[in-house]
Order: sequence, then structure tokens, then C-alpha cells
Amino acid sequence: MLTSILTRITGNGLIVGTMLAVWWLLSAAVSPEYFAVADAVATSWFGDLVFTLSAWALWYHYLAGIRHLIYDAGRGLDIPTAEKLGWACIIGSVVLTVLTIVIV
Amino acid sequence: MRYLTDRKRAVGKGAGHSGTEHHWYMQVSAVALAFLLPVWVYIFGSALGQGHEAVMATFARPFPAIVTGLVLFVSMRHFAKGAQMMIEDYARGHTKKALVIAAISLSYVVMATGFYALVRIAL
Repeated sequence: MLTSILTRITGNGLIVGTMLAVWWLLSAAVSPEYFAVADAVATSWFGDLVFTLSAWALWYHYLAGIRHLIYDAGRGLDIPTAEKLGWACIIGSVVLTVLTIVIV
Repeated sequence: MRYLTDRKRAVGKGAGHSGTEHHWYMQVSAVALAFLLPVWVYIFGSALGQGHEAVMATFARPFPAIVTGLVLFVSMRHFAKGAQMMIEDYARGHTKKALVIAAISLSYVVMATGFYALVRIAL
């Protein structure tokens, strides 16, 4: 239940991080002055917050999407397996987010 | 006696008239993004926080530029269709139509902006 609605929230919420990333890329293309403005926002505490939450949202949505593909293949639909897959999404997304922050 | 078969009468009468195609697109784009996104997150994450010249140099290279373009196209189509599903679940009537149009338009604006940036960096 929770893991299902979180899929929807994270998927649609990712548009925020995408817009910030695209604006940042646009500013780089336009001029160094404009880039300085967008880069200041993208690397501020606000930008860090948006991109960190986006990283978690991305990995959560990623794992939940794979779970969806498994369900669509007609597997993992019994309750114990479905519960395990739900926990895998929650724990896996946190692990991948930490890895993302460490590696990039 | 009816000459149309039951199946023929049912085809295209789903709630959105194209539900199967919609679902199939979500599956195809999900698999595509599963391959593209880890690569793109690495490219974008490495570029973020660097100076203007380094960012320009990164996205002027073919591989980062093509991956970014693909991610933009596939993810924004995936978003438009996903957002449409959410809106159709919660809104009705004209509100639903207006919100679906807005979500699809937003996805194309983001896509076009990103493509413009990539082309301008490449030139």
C-alpha cells in the first residue's frame, strides 16, 4: 500500500529535479554569467536538497518499476514475496542513494 | 442477428481507448530508462559542481550529449504518460482534460529546453 503510492509520488515528483537539472544545463549553454546564477541555485542548500531527494526518488521509482515488471510477468504475487519486494524497494533505494552521494 | 463479433465490439472501448498501448509504452520506456539512468546519473553528478568550462566540455562530448538527449526524450514521454495516469485517477471532466494537457505540454517544454541546450553546447 505505502510502497505503491510512493511509486506514484516519487515518479511524478521527479519532474522538479528534472526541471532544475535542465535549467542548469540551459544556463551553461547560454552564457557563463547565466550559468553562475543557475549553478549558485543548483549547488546551494536548496539545490542539494532537491537533488538528494531526487536521487532517492529516482532509485525508489527505479526499484519499484522493476518490481512492477516482475509482477507483470506474473511472478512474486504471493504475499510473503510481495512483502519482501516492498522492503527491497525501501532499503535498496536508501542504499543506492547513499552510494550515489559517495560515488558522484 | 449481430454481424460484429463480441471481440470486435470491445476493441478500443477501454477507459482511455488505448490502455494496452499505454501500458506497453510504460514497460518499454521503463526498461530503456533502467539502462540509461545509472549512466546519466553518473555523468550529471560528476558535472554538477564543476566550473562552466568543464560542464561545457562534458556535454560537448558525443556520449554524454547523446545519453542526456535519450534520457530527456524517454523520461519525459514516460513522465507524460505516468502523470496522465495519476490525473485520470483523481480528476474528472474538464479539469482532467486541462491537467492532462498541461502535464503533456510541460513534458515537451522540458524536452525542447534540454535539446536546445545540448545543441547549443555542441555547436
